[in-house]
Amino acid sequence: MDWGAAGLSLKLAFWTCVLLGPISIVAARWLATTGSRYKPIIEALVLLPLVLPPTVLGYYLLVGLAPGTVVGTLAQAFVGGPVLFTFIGILLASLIVNLPFAIQPMQRAFEAIPQHVREAAWTSGLSRWDTFRRIELPLAWPGMVSALALVTAHTLGEFGVLLMVGGNIPGETRTLSISIYDSVQAFRNADAAVMAVVLLAVSFVALLVMHLNSKRV
Amino acid sequence: MTDGSQVAAVTKALVATMQQHGPIPLNVSMSCGAGELLAIVGPSGAGKTTVLRALAGLVQSAAGRIVVGDAVWFDAAARINLSPQQRRSGFVFQDFALFPHLTARDNVAIAVGGEMSRARVLAERLLARVNLKGLEDRRPQQLSGGQQQRVAIARALARDPAVLLLDEPFSAVDQMTRERLKRELVVLRRSLNIPIVLVTHDIDEAQALADRMMVLLRGETVQEGTPEDCRLRPTTAAIARVMGETNVFEGVVTAIGKPGQSGRLTWAGGVLEARHTGDLAVGARCSWLIPAESIVLHRRGRPSQGERENPVPGRVTEVVRLGEQTAVTMTVRGTETLNLNFRLPTHAARRNELEIDAEITVSLLADAVHLMLGVRQS
Repeated sequence: MDWGAAGLSLKLAFWTCVLLGPISIVAARWLATTGSRYKPIIEALVLLPLVLPPTVLGYYLLVGLAPGTVVGTLAQAFVGGPVLFTFIGILLASLIVNLPFAIQPMQRAFEAIPQHVREAAWTSGLSRWDTFRRIELPLAWPGMVSALALVTAHTLGEFGVLLMVGGNIPGETRTLSISIYDSVQAFRNADAAVMAVVLLAVSFVALLVMHLNSKRV
Repeated sequence: MTDGSQVAAVTKALVATMQQHGPIPLNVSMSCGAGELLAIVGPSGAGKTTVLRALAGLVQSAAGRIVVGDAVWFDAAARINLSPQQRRSGFVFQDFALFPHLTARDNVAIAVGGEMSRARVLAERLLARVNLKGLEDRRPQQLSGGQQQRVAIARALARDPAVLLLDEPFSAVDQMTRERLKRELVVLRRSLNIPIVLVTHDIDEAQALADRMMVLLRGETVQEGTPEDCRLRPTTAAIARVMGETNVFEGVVTAIGKPGQSGRLTWAGGVLEARHTGDLAVGARCSWLIPAESIVLHRRGRPSQGERENPVPGRVTEVVRLGEQTAVTMTVRGTETLNLNFRLPTHAARRNELEIDAEITVSLLADAVHLMLGVRQS
C-alpha cells in the first residue's frame, strides 16, 4: 500500500471539492435559471470533459500550460512557480475534468425548485440573496452532497489526465490510481490489489451516498 | 411589522392600469377599495394570472400604473417599478408554493422577517388565526391541501400586506374543503381592511365571494361592476358567456323602451317585451340575454298568473336531475337550434311531468330581458 499516494489522492480530492464546490454552485444556479441563448453552448462545454478521452484533455492541458505559452506564463505567474508536473497542475486538471460531475447534479437540484417557490420568497419579502441562502440552498443541498460524493470518487479514480499533466512523481503527482498502474508494471500485484480494493470501496460508498441522498430530494 | 404611518397606508385602495401588446396583450383598468374583494374572472388564457403577477411585481407591463393608497408601486412613464419585496403584497399561489423544507411555523415566520424567535411568535398567532393551531411543526408535505392553503394565507398576511392577491386559491383542493375554505375566507376578510384581489375561472365562486368583478377577455378589461351587474347586465354577448349564461340570442329592436313603457324586439318569429332597451335604436340587430332564473314555466294544464308575459312555447329536449334541482332544455317551437335552458325544483319538474318531448310554455320575464350592443360572436 502506497500511503503517500493515498494521502495525495485524498488531498487532491479535498482541494478539488473545496475549490469546485462554490464555482459549481454559482454555475449550476445560473444554468438552472437563465434564459440566455448561450446556455446550450455553456452546457456543452461543461459536459465536454465527460466525453473527451482523458488523453485528449491531458494533451491540450499539456500544450496549453507549457512554459512560453500565454496561458502557461499567466498560470506560472499566478502560482509563482511551474504548473506542469506539480500538484497545482494536477489540481487544475482535476478541476476541469470534474466540472460536469459537480455542475450536473447541482443544476438538476436547482432546476427541481419550482419557480413559484422562488417567487413566493420574493413576495414574502426575502431579498434575492436571502431567497438563495434560506430557500434554494437548503432545497438543493442533497444535489450538492451527491455532486461532491461523485467528484470525490471520480478524483480518486482519475488516471489519464493526471498522468499526462503531472507525470508520476512520488509525493507530488503520484496518486493512488497511478500508483496502482505503477505497481502492476513492477509486478507488485499484492500492493495493486490492496489499493484497488480501497478505490473500489470508496467509489461504492460515494455512489451509495448519492443514491441515499437522491431519495431525500 | 408596521409602524403607525404604515397602518394608515394599508387602509388605501388599489388602482391599476396595464397596457402592452405582447407577449401577452394587456389592456387592463381596475380598482379595488380597502376591505373590498375584487374577483378577476375570464376564460383560461385571458391573462388573469398575468394581471395578478404584475400587481405583485413578478412581471411588469410595458405601460401602466399601479398605485396603492399614496404609494406608487409601478409607473412605466415615470420609470418607477418597485420590486416584489418592496411592494408589500400578500400573494397566495395556485399551488400554494410553500417552502417544503420548513415547518408551517417557519414558512410564516420567514415572511414576518426580522429576528427568527420573535417572528415565530407572530407566526403562531397568524396560524391560529387561520385555524391551524397545533400543526405548527408540520412540514407542507405532512399537511392536507386545505391546511397548506391556510399556511399560504397566513404567510401572505405575515408581511402585514397592503394588498392581498389570491391566484385560484381553491382550485387545488377537493369540493368539501373548498366550501369550508371559502367560508373561512369570508370570515377572515371581515378583519382585513385591505384590497383583496381574487383570480378565478369559477363564476359561482366569484359571485359568492366578490363585492365587485372585473371580466377579462384576451387581456382586456371588458366589464367591471358588481357580480350581479356583470351577470345580469353584461355589455356584450361574449361577457354573458364568460359569466356562464347560456340563454344568449340575437334579435331586432322594434320599439324603444321608455319610462313606464316597454321596448320590443322580434325573435324566433315572435315579439318579446323588454323593459330596458338601453341605447339601442329601432331596427338595430342586437344580442339579448334572459337569465335562467327569469324563465318561468307555465304550470301544465292549469293556467296561472303572468302567463301573458313573453310566452314562448316549445318542446323539452333534455332533462337532467341534479338532486334538488332539475336542469331543463327547451327547444323553441318552430326552430331547431334555439334552446332555452333553465332550472326548477325537482318536485316541480315531477309535478309538471317534465319529460323529453313534453310540450311546454315558459314566460321570459320582461324585466330580466337584457339587450346588448352588437350581435353574438361565435
